[in-house]
Amino acid sequence: MEKDKLDNRAPVAQKPLVYPKVDITEIGALVEVDVNNISFKIPLGTTILEACRLNNIHIPTLCYHEDLCLAGVCRVCVVEVEGMRTLQSACTFPITNRIKVHTTSEKVRKARHHILELLISEHYGECYSCHRNGNCELQKLAKEYGVDSYTFGHVTERRHKIDRSSYSVVRDMDKCILCKRCVRTCIDLQEVGVLEATHRGYDTTISTFLDKPLADVICINCGQCINRCPTAALKANDPSDEIWEAIDNPQKHVVIQTAPSPRAAIGEEFGLGAGHSLTGELNTALKMIGFDKVFDTDFTADLTIMEEGTELLMRLKKKLVDKDESVMLPQFTSCSPGWIKYIEHFYPEYLDYLSSCKSPQQMFGSVIKTFYADESKINPADIVTVAVMPCSAKKFECNRPEMDDSGFKDVDYGLTTRELAQMIREAGLNLPALPKTHFDTPFGDASGAGLIFGATGGVMEAALRTAYELVTGREVPFKNLDIMPCRGFDGVKQASVKLKNVLPAWNFLEGVELKFMIAHGTANAKKVMEALKRGELNDVHFIEIMACPGGCIGGGGQPIPTSPEIRKKRAEAIYSEDAALTLRKSHENPYVKYIYEKFLTDGPCGHKSHKLLHTHYTKRGKYID
Amino acid sequence: MLKNKSILFDREPLGDGLSNALNKFPQDVLLEVRESGLKGRGGAGFPTGTKWMLASAAIAGKKFVVCNADEGEPGTFKDRVLLDDYSDLVFDGMVIAGFAIGANLGYVYLRGEYSYLLKKLENQLEKMRTENRLGKNILNSGLNFDINIRLGSGAYVCGEETALIESLEGHRGEARNRPPFPVNTGFMGYPTIVNNVETFASIPVIMSRGSEWFNTLGTSKSRGHKLLSISGDCDEAGVYEVPFGITINEVLKLVNAKNTKAVQVGGASGYCVPKWEFDRQISFEDLSTGGSVIIFNESRDMLRVLKNFMEFFVEESCGQCTPCRIGNYKLLEGIEKIEKDECSMTYLKELVELGKSMQIASKCGLGQSSPNAFISIMNNFEDEIFSKTING
Repeated sequence: MEKDKLDNRAPVAQKPLVYPKVDITEIGALVEVDVNNISFKIPLGTTILEACRLNNIHIPTLCYHEDLCLAGVCRVCVVEVEGMRTLQSACTFPITNRIKVHTTSEKVRKARHHILELLISEHYGECYSCHRNGNCELQKLAKEYGVDSYTFGHVTERRHKIDRSSYSVVRDMDKCILCKRCVRTCIDLQEVGVLEATHRGYDTTISTFLDKPLADVICINCGQCINRCPTAALKANDPSDEIWEAIDNPQKHVVIQTAPSPRAAIGEEFGLGAGHSLTGELNTALKMIGFDKVFDTDFTADLTIMEEGTELLMRLKKKLVDKDESVMLPQFTSCSPGWIKYIEHFYPEYLDYLSSCKSPQQMFGSVIKTFYADESKINPADIVTVAVMPCSAKKFECNRPEMDDSGFKDVDYGLTTRELAQMIREAGLNLPALPKTHFDTPFGDASGAGLIFGATGGVMEAALRTAYELVTGREVPFKNLDIMPCRGFDGVKQASVKLKNVLPAWNFLEGVELKFMIAHGTANAKKVMEALKRGELNDVHFIEIMACPGGCIGGGGQPIPTSPEIRKKRAEAIYSEDAALTLRKSHENPYVKYIYEKFLTDGPCGHKSHKLLHTHYTKRGKYID
Repeated sequence: MLKNKSILFDREPLGDGLSNALNKFPQDVLLEVRESGLKGRGGAGFPTGTKWMLASAAIAGKKFVVCNADEGEPGTFKDRVLLDDYSDLVFDGMVIAGFAIGANLGYVYLRGEYSYLLKKLENQLEKMRTENRLGKNILNSGLNFDINIRLGSGAYVCGEETALIESLEGHRGEARNRPPFPVNTGFMGYPTIVNNVETFASIPVIMSRGSEWFNTLGTSKSRGHKLLSISGDCDEAGVYEVPFGITINEVLKLVNAKNTKAVQVGGASGYCVPKWEFDRQISFEDLSTGGSVIIFNESRDMLRVLKNFMEFFVEESCGQCTPCRIGNYKLLEGIEKIEKDECSMTYLKELVELGKSMQIASKCGLGQSSPNAFISIMNNFEDEIFSKTING
């Protein structure tokens, strides 16, 4: 790792702000704007904030977030527009004619000071006892504006109970500054709508339906609200104390699996820019911390491809050859626990369309506590399985009552990228500077197909690499196995592959155009489901859905902040890791072959894998008692 | 009932403003309204003609006319009188507005507490439909226009036009960001004009008697007459029609108020006028008001008056923007500190400065005007307030 990146530990507030230069020449009409007496041209309709960012003029923000619709409620970004009596919020004000803007006038500075001091006066607690210490936007602004006292007082006693009901998301309304990012994330970005402002005026608070605990409403646990909360009002349910306890207990054999997305993002927690995969360094760190075995979730991602791909081919056969009307197509992926809970709540009548495969995390848990326990002669009762995931919903998933097919709780703890980074910090390790080591055997070698599960479209790409080859005996007809139609961040993608000259066993697929779709973010999932409802997807065979924007790399357990740019870089990191591998197809993973030879002897979707690797779903609906 | 002799709303010489308007081109109606110099009667005083012209110029498949009958400013009750006795004028004004801007549907956003008027208003609308003054092809002019009435649910902020539109759409009453303004992006995203009850009621009068006549009333910057809801320490509280430019002294004489110490003009969000400023005028250029005039005599404790106002704002702020949500609470807290003799002059000055920031940094008119009373009372009655607390 380059040295300059490691040394760059200055507080963010002190760093010069550099925004990416955007080519504005191609877009519509230009309008001239004067900011602090410097004039420049910007596209008509650009907001004052965007215009200033394009020109390296810093404007503080709190309620504004690149991923979200505008709110204009925190008022921290107010600026003076000549000719207007009141200050205007820079984030919402579109420039449609030549205006003169002042971002540093006395009125502006005073107002921003007052607003910050008001927010701080209502913000409970002290920074040093807060898990967002050092990564809090309010704290950062307080520093930026040199707030050194509580002008308007300070809340020193709790007024709200912390809602710890959910396995995934913890809500501490005493830390809330009512920026409504969570509300907009939930209703606008994800179209779930669990959170909304209730009451009025000074009593305003963000609440759930009838103020029920988060566990009792239709929260899908995606944790996108956590990623966008500027303070510590929302966080994931942190199991690291229990994990430390297990590590410290010599009786326990603690096995950790790491998913691809945390490895591509955890560097951000240690001062690196987005887009650096630290897979080898992380392996070292985990061994140093004291995990007994460090395995790769990509292994069960490969296993998922074998099971889910086989399931798809079986469904196709039943539908096309046996004309079995009870078989539902398109088949939906089931790797994303946020998506699973979403469909259980919002489209419970479509659960038969879901693949019955468990997610890679859960497959891993059941394999560890059965096959691995047998082979390594360890009592599964003494095994603790931890899963490092980019995800908050994984915490709920591992606590689903049906996830005990090994005879034990398959996965004991789901740990987010952020929480793992905290454990590593606490252990005194400088992650980016650690030497690289490999995963432990036997579940340490995985294909690039398993790796790219982390980005939206990755599961589809991995599945196609295997399914196409199984059916035709040839590699997918894409250069370097990079199935480009699966990549990128379009909300809903659709493409197809024609199956020609198939192997004799798959004669019924000769000439079939395999149609597939990819959607990420539940708002896009909703579009797909509505199209399915309208009967428009009858000719589609396979649909990948991830609950989080960008797929797992944008998961609710990933480092904060998030933005389209950051997610893009994380995805690039994953794809370049895949490109560098020689093993890039799930079915070629030697350990996958091994497990089917030694353990799951009746093959993919056989009896044994059905018991251990497949699951069923719950019709939840929108109305909960 | 109007207390004094009415001129603007005197029915005797009043012709049919609606049919006059429908005999013109919409452009001419717009010009007539602009020439009249009519400004919004809700208090903000935006030129009605300009607003209508902006909405008229907006290109959209649909446009809407909304009557703001959410009369919620403390001390205002003049719209109630208009809706009770002159609803024909209000509705005619809405039809004329629809004709002028090219809208086919109007909404009356009626204050929840005025639900007892609903039946009467519905009857009036039905009467207008049978008289072909509402509905299809109104008075054979080719204009189709109808009016629906929607009830508010008691939130003060819904008197703010964008919050009103949000509420009308079925959402939580919270002000929108502006720009875009309702004349471009209003109800359901369509160009919408939102006018006060009194503004609409003035329209048929202007249409029947002409903008030149209207220009003879009031001051050069505030044309016409204004309805005032006068209450408080006086013998003859009620709704009065007065010409713009009337001084506070004249108003006090009108209602026979004695020993007056202060007059709150513009309701809780308005300005508190001390005795030595009673020669100031009620007009958009001096003391602007949506109609509320509250009189306080020497027996009143101005700190308690102020506290009452601030309690109102703490409760009625919609709570979305920081300055209004927390700022009003801090101002109220400051008053409580003064009561307990715990407020330093330095802190009071800081609160006044906070109020000034709230006036310019709040998202909507509520937060922008809620510190007015605090600032004016603290400036004008500082001696009274502090002498009391120090004496115990």
